[in-house]
Amino acid sequence: MKTTGIVTGIVSNLVTVKVDGPVAENEICFINLGGVKMMAEVIKVNGENASVQVFESTRGLKGGDKVEFEGRMLEVQLGPGLLSSVYDGLQNNLATMENVFLQRGEYTDPLDRQKTWDFTPIAQVGDTVVAADWLGEVKEGWLPHKIMVPFSFEGEFKVKTIKEAGAYTVDTVIAVLTNDAGEDVNVTMVQKWPVKIAIKGYKEKPRPNKIMETGVRVIDTLNPIAEGGTGFIPGPFGCGKTVLQHAIAKQGDADVIVMAACGERANEVVEIFTEFPELIDPHTGRHLMERTTIICNTSNMPVAAREASVYTAMTICEYYRAMGLKCLLLADSTSRWAQALREMSNRMEELPGADAFPVDLSAIISNFYARAGMVVLNNGQTGAVTFIGTVSPAGGNLKEPVTESTKKAARCFYALEQNRADQKRYPAVSPLDSYSKYLEYPEIVEYLDKTVEEGWVAKVLQAKNIIRKGKESAEQINILGDDGVPMSYHVNFWKSELVDYVILQQDAFDAIDALCPLERQRFMLDLVLDICARDYDFEDFEKCREFFKNLINELRQMNYSAYESEQFWAYNESVKSMIA
Amino acid sequence: MNKAYQKVYTKLEGITKATVSLHASGVSNDELAVVGGKLAQVVRTKGDLITLQIFSGTEGIPTNAEVAFLGEPPTIKVSDQLAGRFFDAYGHPIDGGPEVEGEERQIGGPSVNPYKRRQPSQLIPTGIAGIDLNNTLVSGQKIPFFADPDQPYNQVMADVAIRADVDKIILGGMGLSNDDYLYFKGRFEAAGALDKIICFINTTENPPVERLLVPDMALTAAEYFAVDKNEKVLVLLTDMTLYADALSIVSNRMDQIPSKDSMPGSLYSDLAKIYEKAVQLPTEGSITIIAVTTLNDGDITHAIPDNTGYITEGQLYLKADSDTGKVIIDPFRSLSRLKQLVQGKKTREDHSQVMNASVRLYADAQNAKTKLENGFDLSDYDHRCLNYAKDYARELLAIDVNISITEMLDTAWKLFAKYFSPAETGIKQALIDKYWVK
Repeated sequence: MKTTGIVTGIVSNLVTVKVDGPVAENEICFINLGGVKMMAEVIKVNGENASVQVFESTRGLKGGDKVEFEGRMLEVQLGPGLLSSVYDGLQNNLATMENVFLQRGEYTDPLDRQKTWDFTPIAQVGDTVVAADWLGEVKEGWLPHKIMVPFSFEGEFKVKTIKEAGAYTVDTVIAVLTNDAGEDVNVTMVQKWPVKIAIKGYKEKPRPNKIMETGVRVIDTLNPIAEGGTGFIPGPFGCGKTVLQHAIAKQGDADVIVMAACGERANEVVEIFTEFPELIDPHTGRHLMERTTIICNTSNMPVAAREASVYTAMTICEYYRAMGLKCLLLADSTSRWAQALREMSNRMEELPGADAFPVDLSAIISNFYARAGMVVLNNGQTGAVTFIGTVSPAGGNLKEPVTESTKKAARCFYALEQNRADQKRYPAVSPLDSYSKYLEYPEIVEYLDKTVEEGWVAKVLQAKNIIRKGKESAEQINILGDDGVPMSYHVNFWKSELVDYVILQQDAFDAIDALCPLERQRFMLDLVLDICARDYDFEDFEKCREFFKNLINELRQMNYSAYESEQFWAYNESVKSMIA
Repeated sequence: MNKAYQKVYTKLEGITKATVSLHASGVSNDELAVVGGKLAQVVRTKGDLITLQIFSGTEGIPTNAEVAFLGEPPTIKVSDQLAGRFFDAYGHPIDGGPEVEGEERQIGGPSVNPYKRRQPSQLIPTGIAGIDLNNTLVSGQKIPFFADPDQPYNQVMADVAIRADVDKIILGGMGLSNDDYLYFKGRFEAAGALDKIICFINTTENPPVERLLVPDMALTAAEYFAVDKNEKVLVLLTDMTLYADALSIVSNRMDQIPSKDSMPGSLYSDLAKIYEKAVQLPTEGSITIIAVTTLNDGDITHAIPDNTGYITEGQLYLKADSDTGKVIIDPFRSLSRLKQLVQGKKTREDHSQVMNASVRLYADAQNAKTKLENGFDLSDYDHRCLNYAKDYARELLAIDVNISITEMLDTAWKLFAKYFSPAETGIKQALIDKYWVK
């Protein structure tokens, strides 16, 4: 029998319920408000009083209203049809809702129950299988979507029957499995999984050993992120976090992209589902939307569902990873998620940690980042979830709890600088503060040696060093004046400007410059390093400035020209003659 | 206001500056009540102990005040009769006219399903180059002015409102000084725009907590015109800092743990609920929000401007320019996030490159200025930058500029040619070939 309860307290979306039976932490319940059932999640239990966070507005709720507990945690449905969908944080399909305004208690099915999928069996009758093993496959767009033994199944099973190739709906029983005790269980194309628990069902989780190309020079060249790696982008507002994240979403080399718009602007989500269906994935030539799922809990949607949204997004990524696919999860912004935790902690009158955030914030963040990673599946194939989160530090100050906690958890750090943004040096990723721990991985160094160029990492460090030296020179010039320093200071400064303008800066709104493949990045870095390796002497610093400004201009025109086009080589020639 | 057969309570358990609490039953969350003749709203239920926030303050409320619950959250009557009218924070007329008749709607209602939105794409020209050229506004956008209290933000906002091509202008005034209220009224009257204006006004003479109703009133009216009538609506909200201050007063009286700058932990969500009402609907209807957030001495790290910046689609800064003695739109810190949706699409192809180049050169001028201030010799390039900066500020950045976007672009090209070589602008060659002034 289900546990029930009645509402005894309401502060905003925190509701206290007096219960008549057992309840579990994170259990889902429905509060009945005049016939409308509103979903809520248990976040604290004290005696017979359960505190629940309601995923809807509590306007009109009264003391004494009835509550029914579900005996399960917040779950998502996993099956074909997730891609191209736009969901809210609780996996309701926003596209199938009828009203212009979101109605309380309106829950829609995440999957199309009528649509049929062309199924091909992989497993055979008599095979022994365990959770996450592949039973069959359907084509979800171009993507081979594996139908797996549900992750929740424990122990070994024998395949008793399996459907022949054919078109079936997601709820069709495609296989019957028999467990040790001889009991039969049905498997359909859909399985459910509680979002707050990581999906296992893989053999091991090795260190990442490849990089994930994004086409953004300041990432791929200077601070590459690994496939299955983690990174985060903190930055004050207006520094281009969203533009950078959208660039990664458009160009990232992944099979599946899940974008979690967590407490951010609705218009940004609109931009994604307006533009992505038109844009082409540079790696496969297909429409971007075909590989994208959007989880959208915008800032004006209920706060509690904001927290759920990042977990929902991660669970979907883990599901596709179990099919041996490369997934990329982008969450914008994890600070909003942390704020949602803070709001609830505050209403529950818990003792606050730093900046009134809950004391376990750091642990929650590192647990979440730990769900990313490359895995080796039971069948030896690999899959990966790469995770990049944005952080919106209060006042742009990186010494705040969310940034600090994330820094401990993520391996790549892309710090956006107000100063660079003010000067329109986009992407405003700080060249010196940012880092990628992956450059220290011997596996990655070896991979880059093989795929890009022998000794590549040394070259990257060389470029960083040019910037560092240029910065030091600039400081000296500022103190001593243009005439007060030797010419070499000016040359060093302008060499760093050259790296800045040609490698670091990139025009995200230019059709050609926006996407710079690794091969082109290699060419440009080699060219720039070649220029910087030479010695120059000038009569005066004006001549130095003029020389480098002209050089930078030619190189920028090169960035705007199609790679290896006639125009591109013409500019290249012009550059060569300038430095000859 | 009391209805027949309504239960009336007469025993208050507690009173603070902004709230009262009492034992009552059958009370719903967010519902309105009248306490000793003052309007109040339920903000907390704990067993049968109900906490009410009194909008006009609790001064003079005795423990035996009569409390009657109205059974409904705050509402506003919407119809075309709203046009041309002035109301207080409760939606009562303050212009001497009759009460509005129409459909009664709850304020602060649900948000638009993001999937039902459309991407904003309609340019809102203002004639001010600091906005149109560098920070182009788009219908369905939400953007605040970040300004110190002494800056003329209300004037600029009135200019923008009057020049913008919209069907309705809704002004939500929070803690507006009476003089500023009359200024807006006068400007709208002089522009002959009164028939498309609707005002919800809380002046400094009114109690601060009342302000909390103003944005929701204004936006519910806006939704009526945008959603039901497919109209383009511009909502002006001034001053959102005073709104946030009222939020902190209430949360403080409710013993909530404050987060940064003694603001409630829910500040981000509270502000987002308001700003996110800005929307482009699939029909022609849209809501655009231009707000004012006043700063303390330019400090944008304070929780109010900081949270606002993360919610809104950019921000506009006013700045006194010492070179020209004019107020300009600061090109460095100002930003319109939606500008690329119209730049080069609804405006000329060279728009975004001209904008970037002109700002970059202006930044070089700032560096030259620093050098000058530090007593260093300036190069020829530095001198050219400084001269360019003066012209740029006077002819384009100043808020008294009122020209078309094409004229703005032509002006910028003229200044480039006057002071720089094509290579120094870093603009794409194809555009240089086409637009460079020879």
